[in-house]
Amino acid sequence: MIDFKLDGRDLQAMTGETILQAAKRVGIEIPHLCYKDGYRPDGNCRACVVDIKGERVLAPSCCRQPTHGMEVQSTSERARHSQRMVLELLKSDMPPGERSAYTPRSEFDYWATVLGVHGARFPRREQPLRDVSNPAIAVNLDACIQCTRCVRACREEQVNDVIGYAFRGEHSAIVFDLDDPMGDSTCVSCGECVQACPTGALMPAQFAAHEVPDRTVDSACPYCGVGCLLKFNVKDERIISVDGRDGPSNHGRLCVKGRYGFDYIHHAARLTTPLIRREGVAKTAALVKHADLPRYFRPASWDEALDFAARGLRELRDTRGPASLAGFGSAKGSNEEAYLFQKLIRTGFHTNNVDHCTRLCHASSVAALLETIGSGAVSNQVADVAEAEVLLIIGARPTVNHPVAATFMKNAVKAGKALILLDPYRSDLARHATHYLQFRPDTDVPLLNCLMQVIIEEDLHNHAYIERYTEGFDELKRCVADYSPESVTRICGIAPATLREVARLYATSKGSMIFWGMGISQHIHGTDNARCLISLALLTGQIGRPGSGLHPLRGQNNVQGASDVGLIPMVFPDYQRVDNPQVRARFEHLWGTQLDPKPGLTVVEIMHAVHAGQIRGMYIMGENPAMSDPNLNHARHALAELEHLVVQDIFFTETAGFADVIFPASAFPEKTGTFTNTDRRVQLGRQAVPPPGDARQDLWIIQEMAHRLGLAWNYASPRDVFNELRLAAPSMAGITWERLEQSHSVTYPCEKEGDPGDPILFKTGFPTPSGRGKFVPAAYTHAAELPDTDYPYVLITGRQLEHWHTGSMTRHASVLDALEPEPVVSVHPDDIEAAGLKAAEFMRAESRRGSLVARVRADPGVQRGTIFMAFCYAEAAANLLTSEELDPFGKIPEFKFCAIRIKAATVATA
Amino acid sequence: MAKTNNRGQLRGRRVDPVVLAEIQILLGALPRRRDLLIEYLHRIQDHYGHISPASMVALADELKLAMTEIYEVATFYHHFDVLSDDDAPPPALTVRVCESVTCAMFGAEALIKDLEGTVARSYRIQRVPCVGRCHAAPVAVVGQHPVEQATSESVARQIEGGDHEPETLRPLSLDDYRKGGGYAVWQACLAGVRTRDEVIKTLQDSKLRGLGGAGFPAGTKWSILRQQAAPRLLAVNIDEGEPGTFKDRHYLERDPHRFLEGMLIAAWAVEADACYLYLRDEYAACRLLLETELVQLRTSALGPLPLIELRRGAGAYICGEESAMIESIEGKRGMPRLRPPYVAQVGLFGRPTLEHNMETLYWVRNILEHGATWFTAHGRRDRVGLRSFSVSGRVSKPGVHLAPAGVSVRELIDEYCGGMLPGHELYGYFPGGASGGILPASLANLPLDFDTLQAHGCFIGSAAIIVLSQHDRARDAALNAMRFFEHESCGQCTPCRVGTAKAARLMAEPKWDGPLLLELARAMEDASICGLGQAAPNPLRSAMRYFPQEFV
Repeated sequence: MIDFKLDGRDLQAMTGETILQAAKRVGIEIPHLCYKDGYRPDGNCRACVVDIKGERVLAPSCCRQPTHGMEVQSTSERARHSQRMVLELLKSDMPPGERSAYTPRSEFDYWATVLGVHGARFPRREQPLRDVSNPAIAVNLDACIQCTRCVRACREEQVNDVIGYAFRGEHSAIVFDLDDPMGDSTCVSCGECVQACPTGALMPAQFAAHEVPDRTVDSACPYCGVGCLLKFNVKDERIISVDGRDGPSNHGRLCVKGRYGFDYIHHAARLTTPLIRREGVAKTAALVKHADLPRYFRPASWDEALDFAARGLRELRDTRGPASLAGFGSAKGSNEEAYLFQKLIRTGFHTNNVDHCTRLCHASSVAALLETIGSGAVSNQVADVAEAEVLLIIGARPTVNHPVAATFMKNAVKAGKALILLDPYRSDLARHATHYLQFRPDTDVPLLNCLMQVIIEEDLHNHAYIERYTEGFDELKRCVADYSPESVTRICGIAPATLREVARLYATSKGSMIFWGMGISQHIHGTDNARCLISLALLTGQIGRPGSGLHPLRGQNNVQGASDVGLIPMVFPDYQRVDNPQVRARFEHLWGTQLDPKPGLTVVEIMHAVHAGQIRGMYIMGENPAMSDPNLNHARHALAELEHLVVQDIFFTETAGFADVIFPASAFPEKTGTFTNTDRRVQLGRQAVPPPGDARQDLWIIQEMAHRLGLAWNYASPRDVFNELRLAAPSMAGITWERLEQSHSVTYPCEKEGDPGDPILFKTGFPTPSGRGKFVPAAYTHAAELPDTDYPYVLITGRQLEHWHTGSMTRHASVLDALEPEPVVSVHPDDIEAAGLKAAEFMRAESRRGSLVARVRADPGVQRGTIFMAFCYAEAAANLLTSEELDPFGKIPEFKFCAIRIKAATVATA
Repeated sequence: MAKTNNRGQLRGRRVDPVVLAEIQILLGALPRRRDLLIEYLHRIQDHYGHISPASMVALADELKLAMTEIYEVATFYHHFDVLSDDDAPPPALTVRVCESVTCAMFGAEALIKDLEGTVARSYRIQRVPCVGRCHAAPVAVVGQHPVEQATSESVARQIEGGDHEPETLRPLSLDDYRKGGGYAVWQACLAGVRTRDEVIKTLQDSKLRGLGGAGFPAGTKWSILRQQAAPRLLAVNIDEGEPGTFKDRHYLERDPHRFLEGMLIAAWAVEADACYLYLRDEYAACRLLLETELVQLRTSALGPLPLIELRRGAGAYICGEESAMIESIEGKRGMPRLRPPYVAQVGLFGRPTLEHNMETLYWVRNILEHGATWFTAHGRRDRVGLRSFSVSGRVSKPGVHLAPAGVSVRELIDEYCGGMLPGHELYGYFPGGASGGILPASLANLPLDFDTLQAHGCFIGSAAIIVLSQHDRARDAALNAMRFFEHESCGQCTPCRVGTAKAARLMAEPKWDGPLLLELARAMEDASICGLGQAAPNPLRSAMRYFPQEFV
């Protein structure tokens, strides 16, 4: 503690604290503009200058740390003179008027009022023009005070590196790229700059940004697995804007989806009343357009719809048996919803045929993790990058799919950590990489085996760790011996020297973290891919320490939680196997009913079973298999064949068109519940607004269905469900609802109340029967469908920044839709030319299973011979082309590899 | 809502592979390092005559930097012609005409008007701040070739028939320098004949002070550096840009090895493993000279040399500020750093750095060779040492005059400068370039040295004396100085960025708003980050204080 005097008062500063921070902590306000909590202080505005005894000039209190005995004046006549003059100089160059023309939350206005600066006596500068080229953000540089908070937001926080401070002196200006209009720049519209701007020079382009909210609600982001905490600003029961909160995974940061993608909940196309399929309207594999909805469906009361829905399922259960039913839950719902949904399927349908989209994203990763190290979750949290020395990212585009997590990775790289990026697609992250390996698709296993071969050959493996904590090393050693850099270079296209360098770097660092995404998992050898990554960590002992571990980046905001609470066919909550009699006995006791001892079918298997006539009825909550399943023609045929389909969603999704009854459900901000992010953090989402019309909360709907399926449930609130969940899932047993309400976020494992929750797992071995991690060697195998002369290109599917999953939310979000309004297919410029096309023209892509037409986007990051497409566009659904071949262990389809051909197309009709 | 149009491309500008290949060739074997960004930009500017958007995009790609990182640096420096998409490239030849104080007094404005009036121009006229040849005002620079005492005719001749390359300099060669005992002191240091403690002691005894303007005792600086953790660096400031100053160029052109030896002794004394020389871009001939002489030095086998890198400024006065210079050497915008920490603690590349003005190092050999008293023997009015005065303005013999510290301007004019020009009487003078303020003839007997002029609202700084006569007006000179600061403000802090611009606007009015200007001046002095903003109001205050008759 440092004792000093501020304005005559004795204060204590903590080590590292500045004068301004120490003052703020005890409630003394010193004017400031360029300073923002959490950002690097820059000291440029000089509004916070203070008078320090014995110093010739004033000092910026935001940058200066007090020393013992220092005497500081922040309100002396001398200090005030400069503080006021700074504001007056700035005000003279801003639009005239007492208050900001752009924002009611202007920090500048606040300080001008405090300091009594009402006008300006200086001649005004020539004002820059307004820039409204970005649908998300309006740029009003006439209100800019050059404080560079936006620059730090863009460069030092988000590391998107778009905003610069260019020119010199009075001409100094905030610019985007090369002084381009923001909408033409590389801006990804994360809005961190808007959140940082103290004057409204950067503002949301849409929404009632000028309005003062009636209330704000602390909640979380509904999109990806990063689990950003945020605040909904509500006026007249509508969300008008979103601000990032200081959550453990985001520290105030958000991405374009989280910040600007919220108005889907107010979209006119929201389902607001239960719907029942009109009698005699046949189901076909064709999609039903939203405009045609009235021809296919009629409104119904909730009672009628629920009765009708339950009756159909009940009759199938009772006549055809439980195995004729299945349920798809959702990784977008809360833990409580997922828990109740799987409980309904298991105790109401009496089958384990319950699954969700985890099957399509990380099922293979989880299979490998459970098999080798006995736990399906991440070993270390994203924030641990700060402790690592090397980050190895493979098969992932975090800047697109986990944008806020990516910012922390980029921060780590800027802080000097090495980034090894391995991906067939050269994403914008490659610029930050110390080593970028653009290997050939489908060659993950030989590539990773090669790294291990080098490590063993050069004796860089961790003998002590292998000895103490692993088993199966000899088998691994034998397997990888065949994968020398010289032989693998021909397979994966990476130079032997690079392979060696990367292997050494990973193996010898003080801490190496592996992050992977669906580029690893979505292959028929996805489990093998993940096994290799796990082996790499075990081999080098790069696990079980800070900055050293394994992190499969989970996709949906609650895919971790939905899996944890048993929304998968082979396990009950907490990954307890349904075919284990002791486990089953425990759950039969807890749930008070007999349970199916047989693991159920997985997502794609269920569709096959529908085709095969085994499954006749389904309850689908918040999933959209008519878009997300592979080989959509097949999946849609299956959906059309169902005798009874109940769909519960917020929009009339492509899947809903196949329903017999549709329940209008609640969107994320319309309900309260817990969500588990990729870091194993259980976090609270709080209701901000009521569901529209007669839409209902999902917990209510599930419970009403349960009643009609003979279950006497009585959960009054999500909290009741959560308390039961704690009994079912020992690793979350210690988390109380009160603690969540208080701290918003608790990491599990947290077995006893009061446990802090462990951010780092496997410090002393693994939760396997032997307590050891197991090497499971994998040999090189090929994708199910290799390119040939008929279908010479490889299609890789994935997502894009602005759109989420099948697009049902984001394509109804006005800003996101404006940013990416139509389907595009990304092709290397040389392949575009080879196909006789030009960028922005239309292209037909065909596989053996289907065909689509979309606009071509030139993307030099795409490897030649490969084509990339996001699967969110119903009008050109990428999954029409994909193959439903499955990984034998994870049952995940091969979304990342199938053979297609391309040719010019004249019209955009599929 | 307006939707993004059907994009056939990724967001933002794209790399043109053809331009990228050109840039790669231009950069050649230079290592791809962020700190060399300004060097790369020079190569592009020199080759194309401008910097196009396409070349910046390609450069960003080549360096794995963001486009804006290139752009914000390129647009900071006035010697880079950064084009936007719609801009036509500038003419191949640029004629820079100095419009700073002395040149303005000697008719720069008329010269510019004359040159601009010439028809069918295949060149452009640029108004530029001081080019460091004030003794020969007015000065134009045709391409890189200076034309002293320029007239529209002499400039036209140089444009048409003449050489646009830097002038040829004939310095004392390495051999001749060695014949005079050159590098013996350094070699004695290396050989252990002299110890570091002894060398620093001698320097301290000599009372040699930093001659860039701040006047910090050199020996003390060295001993502070030695207390900092290794590795340490040495940075030499040859960004001489204070209007009226040309002493560094004067010595460099004549006797470069005397300076280089001083640098090597300093590097040895503080155990710096690398020396960075930052030379202003206006001194193109000096750059060629240094490049040549450094090659000579490297091939001479006189002793083990530290890494020596010569860096080229790009037209930014602020880079003469020690921390701004460091930022610039790191390849960034030349924006001064906040202190603490000081450069001696956290300097270039985050390492403890000994930073010196070139002239300070120039005297090191003499002091060590002849002893501290060789230097302390000089001085008048209780002041100690020698000062190199750059004298310009209304005197008969302007130029660099080595005179005792504490000499008065009257003595300097009479004893060293051959008196005033015929028809001119002393009216006032800038004692330390544009930033040092203006003193009236009534204060012509003040001792000129560090610490002696503060009470009068002035300082000696780089010892650039600009002499005004009854034909000049202090308020015009003050406005000229304020416009210079406005032009050269880095734009980082509010008081300086906005303050210099507003002050210049107010001072251009026929009637000055004195009270408001003084309010503004006070905030600029108190609250600016660096010396530029803090000192910028000096001429303004001086004009109002000492020359009230001009405001009646």
